[in-house]
Amino acid sequence: MPEISQNLFEIIVTFLTITLVVNAILGICSYLIMLERKLSAWMQDRVGPNRTGPWGLLQPIADGAKFLLKEEVIPDHCNKVLFVIAPTISVFTTLLAFAIVPYGPVGEMPIEWLRFIIAPNVDIGMVFIFAVTSLAVYGIILGGWASNNKYSALGSLRASAQVVSYEIPLGLSVVGIALLAGTLNLEKIMAQQATAGFWGWNFWLQPLACLIFFTSALAESNRLPFDLSECEQELVGGFHTEYSALKFGLFFLGEYTHVITSAFLLVILFFGGWQLPWIATPESSFALAWLVKMLVLMTKVLLVIVVVMLLRWTIPRFRFDQLMGLAWKVLIPLSIANMVAVMFVRQFNWNPWWLPAISLALFIAAGVIGATTTRSEISRRPLATAKLASAH
Amino acid sequence: MINQSTDVTWVEEPEIGFWEATFLPAIISGIKTTLGHVGNGKTVTQQYPEVKPNLPLHYRGIHRLNRDEQGRVKCVACMLCATACPANCIHIEAAAAPPEWPDRDKFPATFVLDELRCIYCGMCEEACPVDAIELTHIYDMTGETRESLNLNRERLLEIYDQTKDNPRDPIRTRRGKLGPAAEFVDLPAVGPATAVGVAERSAKTSSPGVIRPMGPDPNK
Repeated sequence: MPEISQNLFEIIVTFLTITLVVNAILGICSYLIMLERKLSAWMQDRVGPNRTGPWGLLQPIADGAKFLLKEEVIPDHCNKVLFVIAPTISVFTTLLAFAIVPYGPVGEMPIEWLRFIIAPNVDIGMVFIFAVTSLAVYGIILGGWASNNKYSALGSLRASAQVVSYEIPLGLSVVGIALLAGTLNLEKIMAQQATAGFWGWNFWLQPLACLIFFTSALAESNRLPFDLSECEQELVGGFHTEYSALKFGLFFLGEYTHVITSAFLLVILFFGGWQLPWIATPESSFALAWLVKMLVLMTKVLLVIVVVMLLRWTIPRFRFDQLMGLAWKVLIPLSIANMVAVMFVRQFNWNPWWLPAISLALFIAAGVIGATTTRSEISRRPLATAKLASAH
Repeated sequence: MINQSTDVTWVEEPEIGFWEATFLPAIISGIKTTLGHVGNGKTVTQQYPEVKPNLPLHYRGIHRLNRDEQGRVKCVACMLCATACPANCIHIEAAAAPPEWPDRDKFPATFVLDELRCIYCGMCEEACPVDAIELTHIYDMTGETRESLNLNRERLLEIYDQTKDNPRDPIRTRRGKLGPAAEFVDLPAVGPATAVGVAERSAKTSSPGVIRPMGPDPNK
């Protein structure tokens, strides 16, 4: 019965891949936290964790052990079922989204079971990711609501408004890519860019969409400068005020996995995946080419994550009305205009190199509109000297 | 009083130009700053157990009880430090000085200083007429129980032995034979600056003040 054995093989391979990938993500997450702590320390002229093991390299393990061993406090008067479920939803959805993210040169399998993706050939790839990652907000909302705490509830309300708003530019910004590539399948989008070479990276055709995607992805994963849901000054800890020990760790893990997934998506959609001129091209046929390609992809992802961490200590946190204004007044109109531009280019078969020009024009238009509206708003305010005169 | 209008500088909101409205130049210059800090390799962190901090000269650490030139405890059990102490952390039991100490009337039979109650204000040092109690620069004393930080006379004297050759200590007082009060030959005439009648005193009892040991009041 070759068919049954084939199915059995498939199941075993899939389970093996899931085990490998999930464990790798957990390990990478903990060391990303270490990297973030070190980078934050260097940015602030500090040293960072350096006591646990050589150069503090065992710090993530100590952190993990602490998460495991600390007392789990479940407050009274909270909805215990939802309180426990919330962090698991947060981790589950972000890990589930990773199922269709290719993490290497898909299609070049040196060994039959090494396929660089958990679930290959998902044709609705991007839609699946956006659908599943937007479920992660349930973890935040339920966590905040079940805590029976004003600050948690306010934090989760903010988070839900923020995530719902930023879903729209996030989705619209990649519609252009989908239209250009003619597919939603991430593997195919990556392969197309790889065959097209360096100048075929979608970034060159869709720079504005890339910017919008990056901004919205930051907001989606509740990272600074968009982490209003856990704004310490106003909300203590936001939705995870009441969480402790492993449940807090799960929220943390969910956030980091979200960052990793977003970084993978950005690299795969806009920066050519594993493609790098002269080093990793479809023609490179040397031994272990697959490993080099995988490392190229990982390096690009790491660079994106480092930029995310740099931004964390560069931009101050947005005010909530600024956050909403950025989404609804700037990013959504821009992404719609960008999408329409791609539609025109595709429909009338114009030269695709009009697209970066259109992106630039849209960017300039947004800047000019922003500057003039802000100026007119300021000019309508009474001058400070006038205020002084009226005060006397 | 309302500020004069000439005292107030009114700042108008800056003009927002094209580049400010797009956020990007500000973000890029901000990233330059943060990256510069990542790359410069400078740290302001002190690696504490290996590198000791440079404390200011007037730092007030734990106490010591000084010895005089014969190695005896300098304290004359006058209770001034215990009286001055705002945290009530000094407990002294005075006893008559041994006959071979002709220059003393009293000496502290026990001298217990609770370093956990102490607020390190330095008032005991100010109050001491014979410069017997002094604060040192030692800041890193630890103990496993609360009782172990109730320093008794011997331990306070040990701290003196540890720190007497340290150029940092004593911090403010000078080393004399028994301190400035012991060197008065003629006591200066001390009287109230303005005459105060008995009826004007706030204290209504004529009995001298009693310094009670800490703990339950024996009179109750």
